[in-house]
Amino acid sequence: MPAIETRALRKVYPAPAAPKRKRGANGAGAATAAAPRSEIVALKGLDLEVLDGEFFGLLGPNGAGKTTTIGILTTRVKPTSGSAVIGGADVASQSVQVRQRIGVVPQRPNPDRSLNVIENLTFHAAYFGIPLSASQPRANQLLEQLGISDKAYAKVDEMSGGQQQRLMIARALIHEPQVIFLDEPTVGLDPQTRLSLWEILRHLHAEGRTIVMTTHYMEEADKLCDRIAIVDRGELLELDTPAALKERAPGGTLVEMSLSGDARPLVEPVRSIEGVLRVETQGSLLRVFSDRGGRVISPVIQTAEENGLSVANISLTEPSLETLFVSRTGRKLD
Amino acid sequence: MTATAALPHPVRASSVFFALLRRDVRVARKEIVFFLVRTTMQPLLFVIVFGYLLPKMNFVGRGYQTALLPGILAVSLSLSAIQSVALPMVQDFGWTKEIEDRLLAPVSTQLIAAEKIVAGMLQGVIAAAFVLPIARLVMGPISGFTFSHVGELVAIVLLGSMAFSSLGMWLGTAIAPQQIGLMFSVIIAPMLFFGCAYYPWRGLDAVPVMKYLVLVNPMVYIAEGMRGALTPDVPHMPLAVVGVALVLIASIFWSLGMRSFYKRAIG
Repeated sequence: MPAIETRALRKVYPAPAAPKRKRGANGAGAATAAAPRSEIVALKGLDLEVLDGEFFGLLGPNGAGKTTTIGILTTRVKPTSGSAVIGGADVASQSVQVRQRIGVVPQRPNPDRSLNVIENLTFHAAYFGIPLSASQPRANQLLEQLGISDKAYAKVDEMSGGQQQRLMIARALIHEPQVIFLDEPTVGLDPQTRLSLWEILRHLHAEGRTIVMTTHYMEEADKLCDRIAIVDRGELLELDTPAALKERAPGGTLVEMSLSGDARPLVEPVRSIEGVLRVETQGSLLRVFSDRGGRVISPVIQTAEENGLSVANISLTEPSLETLFVSRTGRKLD
Repeated sequence: MTATAALPHPVRASSVFFALLRRDVRVARKEIVFFLVRTTMQPLLFVIVFGYLLPKMNFVGRGYQTALLPGILAVSLSLSAIQSVALPMVQDFGWTKEIEDRLLAPVSTQLIAAEKIVAGMLQGVIAAAFVLPIARLVMGPISGFTFSHVGELVAIVLLGSMAFSSLGMWLGTAIAPQQIGLMFSVIIAPMLFFGCAYYPWRGLDAVPVMKYLVLVNPMVYIAEGMRGALTPDVPHMPLAVVGVALVLIASIFWSLGMRSFYKRAIG
């Protein structure tokens, strides 16, 4: 039995009555710019299966539907149609049973600021029916494990952002859930804190827990996840192991150039340049996949100039999940 | 790997409910001074001006104190019940999102809302119990004040605090955080002044239009109920009418509060 299974999961938010900017947080508003009064389709029938003990990544840009998916799976958002089951319990009709099985690390730390650090853990345990005699030692152990035991009796406000995020992880673990959800857990953390959080997540995974993490960092998904689902605009685009996904990426280095005008006339001449595997355009943006790395840049620039176009910006991306994503969605992740 | 095969043993809803309540009591205890100052300052100032200064100046008769005291207690009870639910709700749902850890508790979302309302009721009762001795101290002996109708008093206090705590839940979850100041000036202030707290309802015989207009104000019933229970000699609305009205008001606000909380909690 898979740990999580979603079938044709769909979520439609009603049209905002008045100009409302609140939804900006998950970017769902962007898709409706053309028709502001129409409803917002955040998920368009998502089918997913997460295996027991798997570290599963949901990768996609802002507004892809990642947060909505996590919201539904953690019983905080009602699906419009379709179903989602966690450990045999349906998220909509058996939400109480689902909540008992899951731990959630939110996008932004939301500790109970009226309680101190250890109370945050022992009270959360109490909400799951765990008596203080059992939760206190477990809380201490978790704080120790996460390297914040010196803050046990501190106020939450005295902790740094990274420490608060660790507290959120401890809170998500205090009741020994079967599945842990992490929604963009490393956003806003400095690189060092991010690395130490990765260590913690690897450790949790090694303990055999099922982990579902959303992220818009390619590297993070690549390094941590057993399998990755690439989602965009509420749809599943790809689902496989990082290695298999990278193999599927169009070969070669991606060279992107912003030009001074329409890039289409360049497609044919650039395609004939040695080392160019594939050429795509999007308005004034030219995408060249090259198996000779950056060495195609100068002939491409020359070709552009021969066609009366100047180059405003150049970027280079090695073959990766990123290049796969760009070729599947026509845009970059962040 | 059998992690998902075994179902976790179900948690008793009552044990979660009391854990939630324990949390609110713990937080309220930490903030008791601020809480009392915030919720009882206004009624206490009224006690000083209307219960002490004006009688001293002979602007009002001594009988006025008897009519005033139950009203002051009603105001303390309802004001703090509203505030102790509405303010945290506005904050939690508006920006801190702190309540999310409780929304993940393995109980129905309605039970989480119900716990908040019960916690608000408790704080309402505490505020009224705090104001009573101080008011008595400031105003001196109150003629006709009695604790002999305990049953009626308990019923009025329970129904009244439930009505206003639920109202706090509704306001706190339905009003945008930016409009919380407006809530006080547009909803709470008129409710206090036209709530028959500072004058008995029967006194409005002098202004018949007002006498019937104020009946839409839930505060009227708790103030009159307190009068009927604590100072039965002051002419007041029949307690049976008060009881029926409070049951109705409490159930309306309860269902509005529950629905509104659920809408904010589940997207």
